[in-house]
Amino acid sequence: MIPASEKPGPWPARLDLLQSLSGLLLGLFILLHLLFDASILLGKDAMWTVTRFFEGYFIFGHALPWLVSLFVASIFALFVLHAWLALRKFPTQWRQHRIYWAHMGAMRHEDTTFWFVQVMTGFGMFFLGPVHLYLMLTHPEQIGPYASADRVWSGVMWPLYLLLLWLVVLHGGIGLYRLAVKWGDYSDPAKARRKLKWMSRALMVFFLALGMLTLAAYLKIGIEHAPNVGEPYVPSLKGVS
Amino acid sequence: MNPSARLLALHVFRHNPRDTASSPRLVIYQLEETPGMTLFIALSRIRETLDPGLNFDFVCRAGVCGSCAMLINGRPGLACRTLTAELPNQINLFPLPGFELIADLSVNTGKWMRGMSERLQAWLHLREEADVDAVEARMEPELAESIYELDRCIECGCCIAGCGSAQMRTDFVGAVGMIKLARFRLDPRDARNAADFFDLIGDDSGVFGCMSLLACQDVCPKQLPLQSQIAYLRRSMARQALNGLPPA
Repeated sequence: MIPASEKPGPWPARLDLLQSLSGLLLGLFILLHLLFDASILLGKDAMWTVTRFFEGYFIFGHALPWLVSLFVASIFALFVLHAWLALRKFPTQWRQHRIYWAHMGAMRHEDTTFWFVQVMTGFGMFFLGPVHLYLMLTHPEQIGPYASADRVWSGVMWPLYLLLLWLVVLHGGIGLYRLAVKWGDYSDPAKARRKLKWMSRALMVFFLALGMLTLAAYLKIGIEHAPNVGEPYVPSLKGVS
Repeated sequence: MNPSARLLALHVFRHNPRDTASSPRLVIYQLEETPGMTLFIALSRIRETLDPGLNFDFVCRAGVCGSCAMLINGRPGLACRTLTAELPNQINLFPLPGFELIADLSVNTGKWMRGMSERLQAWLHLREEADVDAVEARMEPELAESIYELDRCIECGCCIAGCGSAQMRTDFVGAVGMIKLARFRLDPRDARNAADFFDLIGDDSGVFGCMSLLACQDVCPKQLPLQSQIAYLRRSMARQALNGLPPA
């Protein structure tokens, strides 16, 4: 029998579950986030409507930006929790790094390589994620067709957004695939895995393309709007102002 | 000499840790490929004609014993089941990483497997002492089949050598450890309950240390259902942890 002091107890299981769950929530959130960002591709009014919607404008009759802050705070908390849980899996010693590098190079095995991509992209987001999150937390009212575009161009945030887009899409795309093979119950696991891999790849390509287009759209607006930086957008829609 | 035969260059890791004069090195052996040649045949030919001192393990020559596992061009596999025709002219052979090196391509998988088995108590814990004179209890053929399916593991060590987690963290039991416990969980003759199995692999050196790289699934020479069995163990152990474990 195993002595009670050496029994694992429920926490290793709970932490692994929490890591998966927080990752799933963040992954799904990012996909929606990027879709809503892309509303600018449909025009400034479309993007204005989306931002006002999240500020409760269409429910309360006026915008409540602190609603956005509240939501950002919960995403921030989830982000910190996920980062802390994922740290358990990071190679921390030089020996582990060296072994994994050699192993990855010799194996030429996609899932093995992709895991390391997740480690690297996750590490990158430790630094880039909080910058973006803090700005959104403290300036929730500055999300809009002109405000966002000004931040991208005049606020010189575009290099950060460009990098963050790649990190988050690669990390999330691979992560969602890994979650599916990690917990999923399939009648034909090999076929399911091939399919999931294909879906994960399609997802990454689509959201990278969409994200780059979106960023280009904000850059264009930001450059054009640079002389009037800070001026808010006035919708051309009838009936709202 | 057959003029149309390929000339293979086998780059083989050589080192004998018990020989103080030995240092790790690569030795290149050139060999003419023959029809249907396996790596096992190639290595035997090297030993017969070029270098009688070359160490490598084999017993069955048919993918049943698991002795001849090695890194073949970087990936773990059985030498006896690998046709040279499927490989390029240059073939790099290294001993399986993660196991104690005996010499050259020969590693002590047995020592590792024994340690893992003792830690996981990977044997049948009978409810009562077996009566060898009594008729065996009946078992449904489907159940017997599913136990047999998981019992096909030959402990070759490929899943450990292919696993990034096992390579980085030496206390990780790997796919071989988990498939063994999955097998005993199925067995109605085993007296252990779900909580007992949880105590054996319900932590980061067990099922929650697995990062789902699935190289074990991809390199297993017996094509064991590792992906689905590990996922099944993970789900059921997570459910147990959520429903509350019995107090320690």
